[in-house]
Amino acid sequence: MNYTIQEIWEFLKEVEDPEIPVLNVVEMGIVRDVQLEDNKVIVLITPTYSGCPAMHAIEQDVREMLVEMHIEDFDVKTILSPAWTTDWMTDEARVKLEEYGIAPPQKGSADKNLLMGKLRDVRCPRCKSSHTAMVSQFGSTACKSLYKCEDCKEPFDYFKCI
Amino acid sequence: MKKEEALALHLADNNLILGQRLAEWCGHGPVLEEDIALSNMALDYIGQATLLFKHVAETSGDAKTEDDWAFLRDAWDYKNFLALELPNGDYAFTIARQYLYSEWYNLYLIELSKSNNTFLQEFALKSVKEVRYHLQHGRDWVLRMGDGTEESHARIQKAVNDIWSYTGEWFIPNTNDTDISATGICPNVESLHQTWMENVQATLNEATLQMPVSGWMHKGGREGKHTEHLGHLLSELQFVQRAYPNSKW
Repeated sequence: MNYTIQEIWEFLKEVEDPEIPVLNVVEMGIVRDVQLEDNKVIVLITPTYSGCPAMHAIEQDVREMLVEMHIEDFDVKTILSPAWTTDWMTDEARVKLEEYGIAPPQKGSADKNLLMGKLRDVRCPRCKSSHTAMVSQFGSTACKSLYKCEDCKEPFDYFKCI
Repeated sequence: MKKEEALALHLADNNLILGQRLAEWCGHGPVLEEDIALSNMALDYIGQATLLFKHVAETSGDAKTEDDWAFLRDAWDYKNFLALELPNGDYAFTIARQYLYSEWYNLYLIELSKSNNTFLQEFALKSVKEVRYHLQHGRDWVLRMGDGTEESHARIQKAVNDIWSYTGEWFIPNTNDTDISATGICPNVESLHQTWMENVQATLNEATLQMPVSGWMHKGGREGKHTEHLGHLLSELQFVQRAYPNSKW
């Protein structure tokens, strides 16, 4: 094995999130750690939502990336703790999400007001208006809510806080 | 089987069976947004069931896989609550069950997240984040229907009345769990009852609905004594594994 841990992190940044291809699995916060045990590479990943169907694809894509880099001895392990939170999403990732058309999650997922229905302003990724309304708490994937913009009238996805 | 594993299977069965019921709404929801919402929740429940079945498969030391637990048991081997296997009924019935159960499950997970069993604790911390959203959804719809039209009010009131006698067993301590709740592995369900009643009372009041009068309560799910509905549900859930044994995705 001729790579450093830092180099392996860089390879993993090439692995896209299958549902949101503008983001990679590192900036999503799905890859939690890369460890070296003797010569064995261990990648720890954590699911976003328990039932996220993309997790199988992500694990497979991580394995394929490691094989492609000629790393033979590796293991991809799923861990549950600490539980994934949208707070781990980098600022850069939030900008990319908005450019892609998905309103990024607000910071501070533990904010109880947010969870108990007092939503703060969610900005329309298209016209940047904050004059928006939630259509449904549950959207096209487990991690998104459906919103509409009251100004430009376009529906859009909001990456909800968890 | 260890007592922690028996508890994990009970929670897994609750998740699997309710997940299957909600998934039946996929393509049949009253409006598109609700179709998507219920399918999303079904996915959360089935995901949580998978985590639990996988854990039991890994720790129990027998040759069973997570799929064996999910697909290859008969009705009496499932230990889910009876309420969760009942047919979906109309949308009001689905929502009444969803709301009342989410109030229970949310409280349960908050307590389970203090467990001294690492897996159960981590599972609870992960799952409670999802269940909070389910609770909010269920509560919103109870309010909307209760404080809505004459028709919606009557339907949700009937639904709450109909499901009520199935909520009693959620608070009956099971002999398996009594031992492990004493050592801090899981909550004592009896202790959740008062808060649950208060929360439900507050929601029903706000929704202009009447709290049903507590009466005779069904029980037996935890012991594997089910209603006739579970077998029908399983015949669909298990169809592929029965027709094509050992098939894999």
